[in-house]
Amino acid sequence: MLPQLQNTEEGLLMNNIISKNSLIGFIMAGDPDLETTKKCIIAMDDAGADMVELGIPFSDPIAESKVIQSANIRALKSGTHLTNIFLMLEQARKSTDIPIICHSYINPIFNYGYEPFFEMCKKVKVTGVVVPDLPYEEKSEIKEYADKYGVHIISFVVPASKERIQKISQNASGFIYFVPSISSTAMMGDSSSEIDKIVEIIKEVKDIPVALGFGINTASQAEYFSKKADGVIIGNAIVKIIEKYSKTSPEYVYNYVKEMKNAIIQI
Amino acid sequence: MTDTRFGIFGGQYIPEVLMGEIKKIEAAYENYKNDEKFNAELNTLLNKYAGRPSLLYFAKNMTEDLGGAKIYLKREDLNHTGSHKINNVLGQALLAKYMGKTRVIAETGAGQHGVATATAAALLGLECEIFMGLEDTVRQSLNVYRMELLGAKVHAVTFGTQTLKDAVNEAMSEWASRSHDTLYVLGSVMGPHPFPAIVRDFQSVISKEARSQILEAEGKLPDAVVACVGGGSNAMGIFYNFINDKNVKLIGCEAAGLGVDTDKHAATVTKGRIGIFHGMKSIFCQDEYGQISPVYSISAGLDYPGIGPEHAYLHETGRADYVPVTDDEAVEAFEYLSRIEGIIPAIESAHAVAYAKKLAPKMKKDEIMIVCLSGRGDKDVAAIAKYRGRIINE
Repeated sequence: MLPQLQNTEEGLLMNNIISKNSLIGFIMAGDPDLETTKKCIIAMDDAGADMVELGIPFSDPIAESKVIQSANIRALKSGTHLTNIFLMLEQARKSTDIPIICHSYINPIFNYGYEPFFEMCKKVKVTGVVVPDLPYEEKSEIKEYADKYGVHIISFVVPASKERIQKISQNASGFIYFVPSISSTAMMGDSSSEIDKIVEIIKEVKDIPVALGFGINTASQAEYFSKKADGVIIGNAIVKIIEKYSKTSPEYVYNYVKEMKNAIIQI
Repeated sequence: MTDTRFGIFGGQYIPEVLMGEIKKIEAAYENYKNDEKFNAELNTLLNKYAGRPSLLYFAKNMTEDLGGAKIYLKREDLNHTGSHKINNVLGQALLAKYMGKTRVIAETGAGQHGVATATAAALLGLECEIFMGLEDTVRQSLNVYRMELLGAKVHAVTFGTQTLKDAVNEAMSEWASRSHDTLYVLGSVMGPHPFPAIVRDFQSVISKEARSQILEAEGKLPDAVVACVGGGSNAMGIFYNFINDKNVKLIGCEAAGLGVDTDKHAATVTKGRIGIFHGMKSIFCQDEYGQISPVYSISAGLDYPGIGPEHAYLHETGRADYVPVTDDEAVEAFEYLSRIEGIIPAIESAHAVAYAKKLAPKMKKDEIMIVCLSGRGDKDVAAIAKYRGRIINE
């Protein structure tokens, strides 16, 4: 059981699974195959990433960019599913302790079984899950099992959440996954951005870290946006590298992540 | 907050980016569904524009030929645009107007829902964009042109299987990025709450009419009500007002394609299992890992890997039965009804006719069956000719 530590100093620390200047790198499990995924996870750890967001492929990823949608297809083509993903993670855990969260649509998890899924998460040290099609209202679907095995359900906030932001933040744990509405390129240098306002609203409600995920891909963007929140999530850019270099991608992922992480810590 | 479920089925499994808008629709619909002005306006559209009430036609030749139950056809094929789809789109397009939206989007498989949505948008002065799988735009090029004639923009979806399921995915993504002025007019009793309830309510006019029409014609309720099921909107429409009449058997006919023992079918209840997809917990065709299966049917309108959550509930509680009907049986019924009654049914509706043909002879002569003839078959003529080995120019 996850101890109820929310009211203590220690509890706050344990509830917040990223700290300042975090870099979270997204990759799709099984793109192009699970062996490469394992190498990429280790490469990201070596390059200084603070967390890996591991995509679980789904046939109909309705809330993703075209880049990530295509990665889903490649991963399914290589025969990837939760059973062999967990086996890969068991192997990876021999070489890396980097925090990992799983990004999965609800149906593959439902199909695997909630209890077995979260039990496996605990076993391979997956600290959180991000479920794009499980909004606040449906969290009870998995909460009992996530709590039982001490896995955080990471909550999304978007600008359209508006008056929902307080409610979501109040009940959030791990960190808040914030997806701004305008592209990162368009938002550069906009000092009165929606980002600051929404991060402020979240922090007023709860002392919880916020990570930004919206197509950040250059070092200057990473540097700029990491100041506005606790962490940045880099997905499309890494997935594009894997798409381009396929089985030889781990070293390119390493170089890229290192460059981005350096940009973030040189604040 | 309203109840979002039918038993365990239903719910609101959608991305956070859509939740705010879904809540707005929920509130708006709760408000307008009992609003006098809204309902008066909708009834005027249904009666003076769409041609309601639709006939409940006694199929005398078919009844005599099959030698069993008396068969009545609920003639949704006679509605404007040629199917039951208009009932729902007029309701939702009107809701869009009342909500202050200026644009509607919709998914379509065969094109019937797309054509109906484009029609309602033209009538009510709304901008309209339709999402349709690339493969379906080729199969149903006539309907693509029809939608364009009506002023809609047709967006061909090139991702995935390029059919109805992918059209829904793309329409949802589009809606997520632009909901301030846009309402997603969902075509069936599926998706996140409140859509299954909204679409069912707008389609329930079918059974509201049919129930009083049969009581007037026969002085008693039917023994069986038969309808085809893809997502299940015409079936929900004709079932709804009979659900509390426990002696009325409700039967949904799903597309078995080349047969339920092959992998070319869309027989969700027969072959699928519980899952969560497209915003709802329901029954879906899926593989052992929870990946949604590609499905197949000769009928593009039944070519969907899921079923509406209220149907899943009716199935689970045993209130309705769901039976598979193959391509072959449907095509044979398509030709049968054309010849015996002079009515060319939509290939979707022909699935219900096919089961009626099997069931009627097993029923007594004083028993009554109502078959929902959800659409007309003009759109299918070229495809059926091809199925029979004849190529005709559309």
